[in-house]
Amino acid sequence: MPVLLPTSLSEATQMLSDTPGATLLAGGTDLMVEVNFNHRKPNDVIALRHVPELSQWSLNKVAGTVFIGSAVPYKHMESGELAQLVPALAQAARTVGSPQIRAAGSIGGNLGTCSPAGDSLPVLSALDAIVHLASVNTTRDVPVSDFMVGPKRNSREQNEIILGVTLPIRNGRQGYAKVGVRNAMVISVASACFALQDGSPRIALGSVGPTVLRCPHAEQFLSQNLAADGSVSDDVAKEFGRLVSQESKPIDDHRSTAVYRRHAVGVLAQRLVQRGVQS
Amino acid sequence: MSSAEFYSLTVNGVEHQVADAWIGESLLYVLRERLGLPGAKGACEQGECGSCTVFVNGESVCSCLVMAASAVNCEIATVEGLNSDGTLTDVQEAFITEGAVQCGFCTPGLVMAVHHLLDQNHSPSELEVKEALSGNICRCTGYGRIFAAVDAVIASRNGVES
Amino acid sequence: MTITKTRRDVLGNSALRPDGAAKVRGDFSFTSDLNAENMLWGATLRSPHAHARIISIDYSEAWKITGVETIITADDVPGLPTYGLISQDQPVFARDIVRYMGEPIAAVAADHPETCRRALAAIKVEYELLPVLSEPEDAISGTVPAIHPDGNLIRHQRIVAGDVSATGPIVVEGTYDIGMQDQAFLGTEAALGFPDHDGHGVEVHVATQWLHEDQKQMAACLGLPENRVRLVLGGVGGAFGAREDISLQVHTALLALRTKRPVKMQYGREESFFGHVHRHPAKVWMRHHADQNGKLIKIEARFVFDGGAYASTSSAVLINGVTHTQGPYVCHNAIVDGYAVRTNNPPCGAMRGFGVVQACFAHEGQMDKIAAAAGIDPVTVRLINAMKTGDTLITGQTVESVAPVERLIRETNEIPLPAPLPDVVDELHLPGGSGITSERKHIRRGIGWGVSIKNIMYSEGFDDYSTARCTLKDGAVTLKFATSEVGQGFVTLAPQIARSVLGVDDVVCDTIDTNIGSAGSTSASRQTWMSGGAVDGACRLVRERLFEHVGAKYGVDPIRLIIDDTDIVDTVGTLRVSVHEATQGVTISEEFEHHHRPTEDLDENGQGNCHVAFAFVAHRAVVDVDPELGLVKVVQIATTQDVGKALNPLSVLGQIEGGIAQGLGLAVMEEIIVENGRVRNPSFTDYLLPTALDAPVVVARLVEEPDPQAPLGAKGVGEPPCISVTPAIVAAIRDAIGKDIPRCPVRPQDICL
Repeated sequence: MPVLLPTSLSEATQMLSDTPGATLLAGGTDLMVEVNFNHRKPNDVIALRHVPELSQWSLNKVAGTVFIGSAVPYKHMESGELAQLVPALAQAARTVGSPQIRAAGSIGGNLGTCSPAGDSLPVLSALDAIVHLASVNTTRDVPVSDFMVGPKRNSREQNEIILGVTLPIRNGRQGYAKVGVRNAMVISVASACFALQDGSPRIALGSVGPTVLRCPHAEQFLSQNLAADGSVSDDVAKEFGRLVSQESKPIDDHRSTAVYRRHAVGVLAQRLVQRGVQS
Repeated sequence: MSSAEFYSLTVNGVEHQVADAWIGESLLYVLRERLGLPGAKGACEQGECGSCTVFVNGESVCSCLVMAASAVNCEIATVEGLNSDGTLTDVQEAFITEGAVQCGFCTPGLVMAVHHLLDQNHSPSELEVKEALSGNICRCTGYGRIFAAVDAVIASRNGVES
Repeated sequence: MTITKTRRDVLGNSALRPDGAAKVRGDFSFTSDLNAENMLWGATLRSPHAHARIISIDYSEAWKITGVETIITADDVPGLPTYGLISQDQPVFARDIVRYMGEPIAAVAADHPETCRRALAAIKVEYELLPVLSEPEDAISGTVPAIHPDGNLIRHQRIVAGDVSATGPIVVEGTYDIGMQDQAFLGTEAALGFPDHDGHGVEVHVATQWLHEDQKQMAACLGLPENRVRLVLGGVGGAFGAREDISLQVHTALLALRTKRPVKMQYGREESFFGHVHRHPAKVWMRHHADQNGKLIKIEARFVFDGGAYASTSSAVLINGVTHTQGPYVCHNAIVDGYAVRTNNPPCGAMRGFGVVQACFAHEGQMDKIAAAAGIDPVTVRLINAMKTGDTLITGQTVESVAPVERLIRETNEIPLPAPLPDVVDELHLPGGSGITSERKHIRRGIGWGVSIKNIMYSEGFDDYSTARCTLKDGAVTLKFATSEVGQGFVTLAPQIARSVLGVDDVVCDTIDTNIGSAGSTSASRQTWMSGGAVDGACRLVRERLFEHVGAKYGVDPIRLIIDDTDIVDTVGTLRVSVHEATQGVTISEEFEHHHRPTEDLDENGQGNCHVAFAFVAHRAVVDVDPELGLVKVVQIATTQDVGKALNPLSVLGQIEGGIAQGLGLAVMEEIIVENGRVRNPSFTDYLLPTALDAPVVVARLVEEPDPQAPLGAKGVGEPPCISVTPAIVAAIRDAIGKDIPRCPVRPQDICL
C-alpha cells in the first residue's frame, strides 16, 4: 500500500476509515524522527500535505475567534495578521525548532504528539482553545484541556483527523516565554503562556508536568489582585510566580532538574504578568 | 521489506522514478541513495542540524524529515539545482572567498538556507541573518566567516563594493 | 625586483581552498557519499548495557530475513581480537563481557539500511547484568573489582618539583569539574570497503585522522599483512580528535572480506555518540600558594580523568593534563598527582585540547582566586606571573618556544570592549533569545579572562614524523602525502608551500592514501609543523636538483641560483629563466620525512623534556547573564594568539573562530550526560551545539614571532583557540553574578539556584 495523498478532508477521513490504524503524516517533524531513529515502522501512511482544509486559517470577527488549520505551518503564525490576532501564539511559534522546522511543523503535530514540551500547547491551554476533530461525515469539538489527557496521550479516536483549533482573538495582553539552554533551536526546559482574556488572567505551563498545566490557584489569586487598569504590582507578580511554581509538577530528566524547572517557571510567570505593562 | 513503493519525484525540474522503495525512506535518503543527488547531507536525522536543507514547493525544509513518498506532486529543489548553467552562484562564490568552508559538510545546507533567506529578504539585518541560519549547525567555523559571506553577498547584490 | 606581479597563493597569503567549489556545489565526495556497484550496507549491534556478561547470542532469526548477507561476531575476527592506539585493550566485538553502553557485539551486512536495522533487532542477546563502575574515585581506591584484565587504573603520574614545603600568605583552593564533551563533527563515521579478488586483502575508503595507524591496527585484527590493507582517505566531515581511534574500520573490512562484496558502513548520529571516544570528564583539585602580591610560589594538584571502558589515549591525555598544571605562568614548586582510570562509562580519548582543556579550566579558576585574595585584577595577576621564553616548567623542561604570554595578555586587553547593552534591545541580543525570557533590566554583564599554554605535536619519546613527495614536471607540481584533510586546510597550505619554494603556480595534491609513508595524525596541532615540514623538505630537495639542472644547462654554479617569484635567477649574474620554461621536459621527484626533535619520557617524579614545543593564547570573554533564570549570552570574545607565523591568515582566523565556538559549547551547553554508565542524550536534540545565534563577536589578533624550531616558523593553531576560552567565559559568568561556579558546562541551575 502506498502513501495515500488525499486532496480533501472528506477523502482523508474516508481513507482513514478504510485503513484503520493508518499513520497520519502532517509536517513530518515528529513522525520522521521516530522513523529515522527506528522507533516506528509505518505501514500505512496518509499524508495530509494536500488537504486544503487543514492548511488554512480564518478569522470570525463576529465570534471574535480565529480558526487555525492543523497543518498551517508555524512560520505563518510568527508574523503577519495571525501574529496580531494571537501574539502569544506568534511568540511560541517563533521558538519552535529551526526555520526549516517552522516551515513544516504545525499545531496538528503538537496536538497529535501531545508532548508537554510542545511549544504551542501552553498557548492553546491558556486560551481555552477548542480542538476540532473530523471523521467520516462528522466533526467533534473538544476543549484542549480534555484533549490532552496525559503524557504523549490525547483523546483523538483512531478514525479522527485533527482539523484545527479555534482560539479567541486577544482582548487583553498576552505573552509567551520559553527557557532553553541555547539561544535558538532548543526544546523547552520550561515554558509559560500568560493571557488576560475577557479580563480574566490565565497561565499555562509547558515542560513542568506530565501534560501542559493550568494553575487555577495562581489565576484566582491574580484575578483578585489585578489593578483596575490591569497592571500588577511587583509584590503581586512575585506572589503569582510563587503560586505558579507551587502548582507546577516538574520532574528531573536529562534536560534539566525538577528544582530548576519549578524555579524557572515561577520566574517566567512573574515576568510575563508584568510584560508590556509600564510599572 | 514489507512494502514496496513506486512513485515519482520532481527534483530540480526533472521527474525521477523511484521504484521498490521502503515507505519509511526520507527524502534525504531517496535523493542521496536512489536518485544520485548526494548534495544534501545527513548529520542528525532529526531536523537539528540543517545539513539536509532542500526546498519543497519553495519552502526551506529538512529533507530528513520529509517522507519521500509524500513529496510527489511537489517541486523539490536541491543544491545540485543551483548550478545548472555550470557557474557558481554569488552565495557559493562568497562562501569560498570569505573562508566560510572548512570541512564543508554543512556547506550545501547553508548555501540553500542563505539563498532562501536572501530570496525573501534582500537586506536582512545582522539578527535576521543569524535567526535565519540558526537551524544550520556548523561545527568548524564558529559562523564568523559564514556571516562574512552573507554580508558580502548582500553588499554585492545591493551594489555596494565590499 | 620592482615589478609587482599579480598576487600568488604563496605562504602568508590567504589562498582559497582548492576543494571549495566542490564543497559549495555539494559534489565533494564525503565518505558517506561513496557508492559501489553491488554494494551492501553494514550495521553494528551494540550493547544496551554499561556492564554485563554475554550469556548467549542467537542470530538465527536475523539470518532468516531476506537481504541479510552475513552476520559476524567476535568469533569471526581472524587476527588480534582487540585494538587501541596506545594499548590494544578494546575488543573488535565484545566476546564475554560488555564494558560500556554501545559496545559492539556483532555486525551485519545486508541489501538496505532498513534490512540491517531489522536484522539487528532480530538478534537476541542474553545478558547477565553486572555492577556498573561509574565513579572514577572507586576505580582509584581499588575497592571495587577490576572491570578489565588490565585493571581499573590506566596510569598514574606524579610531578614533584622544587620545594614541596613552600607556601605563602595567599593560599587558594578549588575543585573543578569538567563535563564530557563530544567532538560532534557533522559528517558521522563512514567507510566503504572493497575486498581484493583473492580474498586476502582489502581496500577501505574511510574518514580518519591517521591512515597509517588505522592500517596498522586493522591489519593486526584482520590477520593480514599491512600491505594487503590499503587505505584511502574519503572526504572527512570534521574530526576534532574523534577519528583518531578505530571505529568502523575493522568491521567494514571484515564484512567486505566475508561477503566478497563492497560494503558501506555509516553511523547515524545516535550511533556516532556511541561509536567514538569523547573528551575526558575530569575532576581537578588545585591549591595555589602565592605571595602577598599574587606571585605564584607553589601549586598542588590532583587530576582524575575518567577514561571510560577502554584506554584509548587516556595515558597521553593524563600526561598533557598534569604537565600543564601551572598554565602559562612561572612556578617552581609543585606537587601533582594525576590518575586516568577505567570505568563503565563511554571510552574517552582525543579531543581538541587533549587534557590541557581540563588543566586550564582549573588553573584559570585559581588565578582569579589569587587575584581576589591579593586585591588585584585578573589581568594583573596573569601579567605578573606570565611565562616567557627560557622559563622552566614544573617538569624541569625549559620552554624554548617563543612564549609571548605578556604580549598576548596586553594586546587582548587593548581590544575595545563591546558597547553596553542599550536600554531598548532586540530579544535576540539577550540571554534566552527568541524565548523572550528576559528584558533588559534583568541582565547583568560580566568580563572574564583565560590564558593558556598548549604543547604541540606528540610527546614522551614518540618518534613523530611525516612524509611527503614532491614531483615537479613541466612547470607543474604534484604533492603526495598521507596527511588527513579533515577540514583544517592542509590541502590549501601544501600547495602554498610548493609555490613559495619552487616558484610554480600549478600545484595539485595527489590522492591521500597509504601509498606513501605515514604523515602521523591530524591532531595535536601538528600538521602545519610536521606535514608542512615534510612538504617543505621535499620541495627543497626538488629545488636543489632543479638548480643543478639549470646550472648545468646554462653553465652557472647552482649555488648562485635562487627562486624569485616564478623565475630562477642568478644572484650575481644575468640569468633569469622562468621555472615553467626551465622544467619543460624535466621530471624531478623527491621524498622527505620530517621528524621533530626527540622528546623524553617523564621519570617517576614527572621530570623530563617530554614535549616538543608550546603555543600560547589569551582570551577575554564578555557575557550577559540573566541571574534569575541562569541563562547566558556570550557577547564578545577578544583573543590574541601566538601563531609563530600566519601562513594563511584566513585559515588561521577560521581555526580561531571555530575553536572559540567549541570552547563556548563546553562553557555553557555541551555535555554528554551519563548516569550509571547510561548515556542520556545521544542526539542533537539533547546534546546542544552552538548555533548562529549563540556565536559571539570574535575580535582576534595574531602575534607573529616566528618560532625558530618550526620548519616554516609557524606554530599549530588548531587547539589553542578552544582551550582558555572556556574558563574565560565561565569567569565572566562568575563576574556577572558574584558566585563561584566550579564546573563546566555551566548549567542554568548552577547560576540561579
